[in-house]
Amino acid sequence: MNLKINPDDIYDVVVVGAGHAGTEAALAAARMGAKTMLMTMNIFTIGQMSCNPAIGGLAKGQLVKEIDAMGGQMGVATDEAGIQFRMLNRSKGPAVWSPRAQCDRLLYAQKIRQACEQQPNLDLRQGMAVAIEIENRRVVGIRTETGSLIKARAVILTAGTFLNGLIHIGEIHYPAGRAGEFSAKGITECLVELGFESGRLKTGTPPRLDGTTIDFSKTEIQPGDEPPTPFSFRHETIEVEQMPCFLTYTNSRTHEILRKGFDRSPMFTGRIQGVGPRYCPSIEDKINRFADKERHQIFLEPEGRNTTEYYVNGFSTSLPEEIQLEGIRSIPGLENVKVTRLGYAVEYDFFPPTQILASLETKLIQNLFFAGQINGTTGYEEAACQGFMAGVNAVLKVRGEEPFILDRSEAYVGVLIDDLVTKGTIEPYRMFTSRAEHRLILRQDNADLRLMEYGYRYGLIAAEDYRKMTLKRSRIETALEELKTCRVSAEEINPVLEKIGSTPIVDKETLYNLLKRPELEIYHLRKLSRVDILNHWGDRGWDAVREQVAIAIKYEGFIHRQNKSAERLRQLESRTIPQNFDYLSIRAFSAEAREKLHKIRPRSIGQASRISGVSPADISILLVHLNRPAAQRVSRET
Amino acid sequence: MKILDDTIAAISTPLGSGGIAVIRISGPHSIVVADQIFSAKTRLTEAESHRAYFGKLIDPDSAAHGNYQNSGFLDEVVVTVFRAPRSYTREDVVEISCHGGYYHTRRILELLLKRGCRLAEPGEFTQRAFLNGRLDLSQAEAVGDMIRAKTELSLRAARSQFQGFFSERIRALRQQLLDTCSLLELELDFAEEDVRFADRSEIQAKLASTILQVEEFLESYRRGKIIREGAKLVIVGKPNVGKSSLLNALLKEDRAIVTEIPGTTRDVLEEQLSLGGVLFRVVDTAGVRDTDDRIEREGVNRTINQVVEADVVLFLFDGSEEFNHQDFEVIQQVLQVRSSPESQNFVAAINKIDLPLLIDKQEITGWLPNSPLVEISAKNLMGLERLEAALLSVAFGKEGVILNGEPVVTNLRQKEALERALSALKLALENLARGLSAEFVALDLRNAMDCLGEIIGEVSTEEILGNIFSKFCIGK
Repeated sequence: MNLKINPDDIYDVVVVGAGHAGTEAALAAARMGAKTMLMTMNIFTIGQMSCNPAIGGLAKGQLVKEIDAMGGQMGVATDEAGIQFRMLNRSKGPAVWSPRAQCDRLLYAQKIRQACEQQPNLDLRQGMAVAIEIENRRVVGIRTETGSLIKARAVILTAGTFLNGLIHIGEIHYPAGRAGEFSAKGITECLVELGFESGRLKTGTPPRLDGTTIDFSKTEIQPGDEPPTPFSFRHETIEVEQMPCFLTYTNSRTHEILRKGFDRSPMFTGRIQGVGPRYCPSIEDKINRFADKERHQIFLEPEGRNTTEYYVNGFSTSLPEEIQLEGIRSIPGLENVKVTRLGYAVEYDFFPPTQILASLETKLIQNLFFAGQINGTTGYEEAACQGFMAGVNAVLKVRGEEPFILDRSEAYVGVLIDDLVTKGTIEPYRMFTSRAEHRLILRQDNADLRLMEYGYRYGLIAAEDYRKMTLKRSRIETALEELKTCRVSAEEINPVLEKIGSTPIVDKETLYNLLKRPELEIYHLRKLSRVDILNHWGDRGWDAVREQVAIAIKYEGFIHRQNKSAERLRQLESRTIPQNFDYLSIRAFSAEAREKLHKIRPRSIGQASRISGVSPADISILLVHLNRPAAQRVSRET
Repeated sequence: MKILDDTIAAISTPLGSGGIAVIRISGPHSIVVADQIFSAKTRLTEAESHRAYFGKLIDPDSAAHGNYQNSGFLDEVVVTVFRAPRSYTREDVVEISCHGGYYHTRRILELLLKRGCRLAEPGEFTQRAFLNGRLDLSQAEAVGDMIRAKTELSLRAARSQFQGFFSERIRALRQQLLDTCSLLELELDFAEEDVRFADRSEIQAKLASTILQVEEFLESYRRGKIIREGAKLVIVGKPNVGKSSLLNALLKEDRAIVTEIPGTTRDVLEEQLSLGGVLFRVVDTAGVRDTDDRIEREGVNRTINQVVEADVVLFLFDGSEEFNHQDFEVIQQVLQVRSSPESQNFVAAINKIDLPLLIDKQEITGWLPNSPLVEISAKNLMGLERLEAALLSVAFGKEGVILNGEPVVTNLRQKEALERALSALKLALENLARGLSAEFVALDLRNAMDCLGEIIGEVSTEEILGNIFSKFCIGK
């Protein structure tokens, strides 16, 4: 790794910030062959999990699988650093299954750092960017706090919570990006001067405990799945000794104690100006808003294999120190616990994401990209996927190629970015499956089939991995065809059906139709051996094929409907609007629509119609103006 | 470029009574669809562009219905085919000039919708004309301004109490769905949280209640139609049962102004009379019975058509005779075309009670168990109030006459959206009962929400196409 920078060097891409967004951005850019620098204020915190020691979760797991399918790092690192793997929502349909893994916090960061260090074309550099250098509304580099200029053709800002980060614990507050780390100064001011609008958000984190002082006998144990399912499509299986989590609850005494501190809570005194996430409230917020609720669940999550520290999920707080200590000791199992780190809230600057394009490039400054919390999102996975997309798009921009934009109907990543750039956000944005109108087809299990093509096209997926995916795809297609044509007789199949309590058949029936029965699994047919898919038990890759085939058959009707509606959506997305379209000159728009369209500059009719305040009438006017025919007059014949 | 490639249809002349009306179809299948219901020497598929063809409109379903040789004849019409691109929309366009009248034109339109046309949104023909490059810039500018004006106009209309109340009810309904949907989404996106998830029976109950309300709205479309157009009352009964004298009696009783207007098939005369403040359009039929006589058979077929379209069918019996084969035949003929229980808006009346009563009432109630039975004497004007009450209650259902301010579904577009919402809701309920996971149920609930959203102009991602240009007025 080369830490000495030749001042004449021009980087293709400089990434500022080495969290989950920054590392994905830098890796993607470097893997595409761009000369890349990853700048971080502290080289020891590359890939740091600032909050809970877990990756994935509902809807977030899908995001990780998606970037993994395109060549991102998060899934690989999670498999390497995971200490407990679970598939959430298993009782529901496959579309809402989501993988989640507890990770060894230190190991995760180490794996990410290793990936960066070993990546050709990628230079790591410790330092603080204090200004963006601009020429003719185009970024040309960054200025560091030591005064040096690092020249760049594109810059990606992934500053996380560091821009003017301000930590609150009770009445105490001090500047910091994370506990114990400096906040970043200068960038916000520089961007505001350039005309950017900034806002303030808040997030929080719970205390950490000394695990040797926890009485686990008073908690419920929560083990991982056996066998664990890997995140990455590049891993067939993982072998890991899993560590459990533990479940306990607050009680009325906890709530009483915590209430004593409300008058000194920065949340309630109005000291915190930033908007916090509704979906991830602090414990004081939960008690305040849901006063009737007698208890709140608390997950005790191991911080890693080689540490005794535990994370207190569900107890995010910025209450005064002694209140935190007293409150936490009222929880069963934690009576004698020692707190290693206090919970805190952090406020930070963000830039409302309607200021960026779907490529994540800013509208104001060419070749400047934003990704992660700077865009108003929360969560490692949300950050990572933006980082990945920004990395790819920065390289494409430098090369003068078309940006890489995913549709809402093809990826959660597309939903996330479209929501941000179309609707903006006023609170930290988190992904949910309900945000994806096509969630039945955007599954964690088919992310490779949906997206690996893109990764391969951009050189981010190895030929071997791509070949495996295409093989899987063709096996699925062949299997579906064969099952449709393979008819079985009653005497052949009825013993199988009777065994599982399924109604016997009279006339010959195709295996495909039989498999539509919810109670009949492909596994039940294994003795028939009539088609290829009923063989290959235990052979590599065939379980994944069977999984896809089963889903395709059992949910055929629903999948068909979603595909159709996705097609309609794509038609609207394909009606593009020129970026220089002059909205202000069209009087027919309502004032609100004119202003919003002008500000957001939707790239398609589809996106325009999702902007709040833009009515169908406005869309019709837009269509009229987009379809100005040549000035020939056609007489009206009717 | 083409983002709308389906075939649309709409009535292009203003609503209300007019001698003739024009129904316009545009899109790739317009000629084929029109051809299915048009009968003439030349098939429309072979018709020359820009030339008018005279022929008959036929309802093939009704023609196929069979037993009583129903021809399915609807109207004599002139049809013009405009082949693409030489048409208003630059697509294949068919214009059907038929006889006017709200109900009649609707019926033809619904026939087209049944055959795969989609009801055109207001202004959609004009929209297509734009999209297909039919209008030039200055026209487009002008229309742009026009759209805005229409929006404000419709906004003003929406502000009227009646409309406001309607939207409010739909909004409330949508909110209910949103709430139910949230319960399901809660399970999906917050499965790890320590919250109480609604149990299935709770969600089923909520859904069932929403379904009932949507059905009420749809019922109000039927009642609203009656309020606007009058209820079509068809009197059936064997010859000499006193149909004409009853009609005269009713007319006398209410001192209503009698007008004769041509009926939809022009050979059947309608009398209008007002009962309890509601307009009834009374059709005095030729008498329904099986016959071999060709001319009489024609009359019978017409009567059957009337019975199919009736809002209320009044069975008249002669109390001075025993229930006989002819009475039985009348009942059978009607029941054949109105076999479903919800189509049986029947009233039975025994006439001639001034004479000794010989008829056995149980014969009647045996065949028409759910219909009110009243006894009258058309001659002596006896029992007419009871008959009037029975007619009103059957015409308007259990709730009786529409109350002031009750939200009523008034247009076909709203009705269609409600019907789509209803079928989505039923699907959701069915999938819930089958024990499917929440994300599948949510899919249909969201569909239903989108349908309701369409009515009140709340747009969601999936229904954009249907809402585009909704502020255009229909036609050019």
